Amino acid sequence: MLDAADLTALWLTLRVASLATVLMLLLGTPLAWWLARTRSRYQGMANALVALPLVLPPTVLGFYLLVLMGPNGPVGRLTTALGLGTLPFTFTGLVVASVLYSLPFVVQPLQTAFAAIGEQPLEAAATLRANPLDTFFSVAVPLAWPGFLTATILGFAHTVGEFGVVLMIGGNIPGRTQVVSVQIYNRVEALEYAKAHWLAGCLLLFSFVVLLLMYTVLKTRPSIPSR
Amino acid sequence: MNCVFLSRILLTVLLLTTQTFAAAETTLVAVATNFTQPMVKIAELFHQATGYTAKLSFGSSGKIASQLQNGAPFEVFLSADEDKPLKLEQTGVAVAGSRFTYAFGTLVLWSAQPGFVDDQGQILGSGAFKHLAVADPKLAPYGSAALAVLEEKGLQEKLQPLLVLGENIAQTHQFVSTGNAELGFVSLSQVIDNGKISQGSGWIVPSNLHAPIRQDAVLLENGTDNPAAIELMAFLKSPQARSIIEQYGYGLPK
Repeated sequence: MLDAADLTALWLTLRVASLATVLMLLLGTPLAWWLARTRSRYQGMANALVALPLVLPPTVLGFYLLVLMGPNGPVGRLTTALGLGTLPFTFTGLVVASVLYSLPFVVQPLQTAFAAIGEQPLEAAATLRANPLDTFFSVAVPLAWPGFLTATILGFAHTVGEFGVVLMIGGNIPGRTQVVSVQIYNRVEALEYAKAHWLAGCLLLFSFVVLLLMYTVLKTRPSIPSR
Repeated sequence: MNCVFLSRILLTVLLLTTQTFAAAETTLVAVATNFTQPMVKIAELFHQATGYTAKLSFGSSGKIASQLQNGAPFEVFLSADEDKPLKLEQTGVAVAGSRFTYAFGTLVLWSAQPGFVDDQGQILGSGAFKHLAVADPKLAPYGSAALAVLEEKGLQEKLQPLLVLGENIAQTHQFVSTGNAELGFVSLSQVIDNGKISQGSGWIVPSNLHAPIRQDAVLLENGTDNPAAIELMAFLKSPQARSIIEQYGYGLPK
């Protein structure tokens, strides 16, 4: 069965994933809007940067984050100067890493949804004297609603399933950085297969239910970014 | 047409024979990551001395043990602890009675900053740091040895909140070498160069402060009929291999 450490890990995972998802939606929405509509020559560059975590091995991202956010890295120097200390081994650090790692899973569905709206509804809104912000919230958001749902679910689920990055920068501290995937890995490494099975089973069931929800209730077409 | 057919058969036969020939000369060896560097050298010497080839795969002892339980084709296993080879013996994956200690791990309290760790380890009591990296005591013998040292010094309770756990000793070293943890308990083999701690500062922990870190090797059932595997087990005890093991900061079995 699940013991206290497992439940702590589950609760922590849910907190990290929820917070990261909210942040990704806040960051990802304007980014996706810009990516969907810009004709800037930097668009290709920006698309490539956002998609990078899809193809990079998580250990590479984790290693870079460990170096960048460490006391000798530029980000680490900045956070120390701001009085935040360094981010590895902290809950905040885990959330920051999760946002970077799962961002393409939020941006890409949103970008697709925004692009699908096309120019006409937006131009119609403009002729009715809606300002750009009003147009965005009254026209674009309602039309892109399925994209928002997909982005939220994928961003959340992918954060729950992340492993390599948190292993690299987490330090495996119960209640602070020891998330479910790391806990499962530890159980397997310690040859505690029965306990590993319980947690792994939970995660499998969770992932399946989430995807099932997406493909049946929301009738989303398989548009998961390819890995 | 006939000629092509014949040459194809000949080629197949040739490939098959070389393959069996190569298999008899080669042994597949799984090695705990912390023993990577010395084992690469030992494998070279082994090849020179016997003509056999040891093909090395590196990984954490726990992962290798799991893979072996599920049919991995390795013939010799050099673990970073004594528990996993024992378990493999008990489940019949390893050959009973083939287990022996090839090296003793040496624990060192290390920091990437020069002059940070004194040669008595007094820094531990001062508490002048925010993070102390140790390997996860549940997974790595270096981790349980580190905790034993803290307990011996009566510092376990005080330092518990500062501990960050590496999944293995390599990751623990990474936490310290990148400066994210000011200091940590790592393996001497990771920071030694020409018999000295080459970078930063360190305290080589006296071995009477913790139970010995035995690294055991075991012959696996897959390797019982392979002379290369059996020869390698013997070679690990040879003076040549022992001198390499010592050079990399490990203690030698009697």
